[in-house]
Amino acid sequence: MAYQSLKEITRLCEEEGIPFWRAVLQDDVNERSVSEDESFAAMGKMWETMLSSSENYDPSLMSGSGLVGMDGAKMEEYRKRGDVLVGDFVGKVITQALQMGESNACMKRIVAAPTAGACGVLPAVLVPLYKENAGKGEGTKARAINRERIIEALYVAAGIGQVIAARAFIAGAQGGCQAEVGSASSMAAGALVYLKGGDNEQIVHAAAMAMKNLLGLVCDPVAGLVEVPCVKRNVIGAVNALAAADMALAGIKSRIPPDQVIDAMKEVGESMHVSLRETGEGGVANTPYARELAREIHGKG
Amino acid sequence: MNIFDILGPVMVGPSSSHTAGAVRIGYITRSLLGSRPVMADIGLAGSFAATGKGHGTDKALIAGLLGMKPDDMRIPRSFEIADEEGLSFSFHEIRLAGAHPNTALLNVKGVDGKCLEVQASSLGGGRIMVNQLNSLAVNCTGEKPTLIVYHQDRPGHVTNVTAMLAEPGINIAALNLYREKKGGDAVMIIEVDQDVPADIIRRMEVREGIRKVIYIEGEKT
Repeated sequence: MAYQSLKEITRLCEEEGIPFWRAVLQDDVNERSVSEDESFAAMGKMWETMLSSSENYDPSLMSGSGLVGMDGAKMEEYRKRGDVLVGDFVGKVITQALQMGESNACMKRIVAAPTAGACGVLPAVLVPLYKENAGKGEGTKARAINRERIIEALYVAAGIGQVIAARAFIAGAQGGCQAEVGSASSMAAGALVYLKGGDNEQIVHAAAMAMKNLLGLVCDPVAGLVEVPCVKRNVIGAVNALAAADMALAGIKSRIPPDQVIDAMKEVGESMHVSLRETGEGGVANTPYARELAREIHGKG
Repeated sequence: MNIFDILGPVMVGPSSSHTAGAVRIGYITRSLLGSRPVMADIGLAGSFAATGKGHGTDKALIAGLLGMKPDDMRIPRSFEIADEEGLSFSFHEIRLAGAHPNTALLNVKGVDGKCLEVQASSLGGGRIMVNQLNSLAVNCTGEKPTLIVYHQDRPGHVTNVTAMLAEPGINIAALNLYREKKGGDAVMIIEVDQDVPADIIRRMEVREGIRKVIYIEGEKT
């Protein structure tokens, strides 16, 4: 049975003296009747796919509708000029988020995390961090950033996502973008804290702070497509995850217990009007220009 | 949901419901047909009709009919590949009262001349449900290894089939029976926990009262 609360995971970790990621791995081993090696290999495949998706970005590609594409390349060019307001590393994160979102819209291969629409958030923070640290081998073992620890961090992310799915939802049609990009950001924040050597409390508080910051975010795709504003929302999911992780690592806590923050996300999602839950009827999808675009794309009124 | 429903699936974008789910619907339809499809007439309902084109739902369905999985990089080129492989197809919009918003109705013809009508819905996250097989209303997800046994509605056939599965230690997770009318054509849909060896399926097929057995391999993570 999947974990129903983050508290359940951290309590189990304390009782058994195991790290957060191992609690999630053990549950997968029980749930799917696989060996630890098989589970780890399957998660490894998710990481390899994120890396190859990142490598395979095509800077000349536009989506079928013509609404998105090539912005990731623009951001990369700008970053290389060396004067990014948020600094070089966050510049790379923004670039990666845009590129992954665009690759998804252009029918390239991605890892849904937790959904295809939010597939850019986790790789946006993990790929640049991995590349900057690859081969350096610096720091203690608990803080090294290598393939093995990235995969462990993906278990942390998956465990957080699983609890969100169990207590609330991860589909825009059910809870708005907060359920997709909000959940992805929460998962990424926890993964980052783990990679930087934070403890289990810091992991769940980072997840909670990331989620809280995106509560209320609506799902309002122009013409009903996973393109506008979805691609750019991956950026805010990623940057927000960095901020939440840094706050948690600084010792800042979510004043509201993490599981209750997830419950709040559910309540907000359920009270969200249906026009703001992936129907393409409200928000930016309902602007006069978006309506015009929808008519052009779908060829009808 | 297991953790690979959260981190995963690996898929060609842009939408798990409108693209990955659509590939799976095409793929399961090919499995249910039991041979290579040469003709497909596909009705798109609800949101599949409204936003399907922008999500590549049409290309995804054809890709699945060609035997591709949701992570196949050839999905965007499926129409050309269909031409090369001799699959002709057409799309139209339909209304299906009471159906899930993301539903397709596929009429397919196999290379052996057999025809099949499948109605299936994409439930979200890439998961699907077959709702109708020809005139029979069914429920089948294809997530676990699944046997579709076409048989006569007479006493003993269910016992025979389940005994053949029990013998090599195959555990049944779910068993559903459907029939058109008493004593008429019937279908068993059996979801199992282990892979079913080919020789069991061959032996099952030649049993008296059993017309056909289709086997769908489960989803592998």
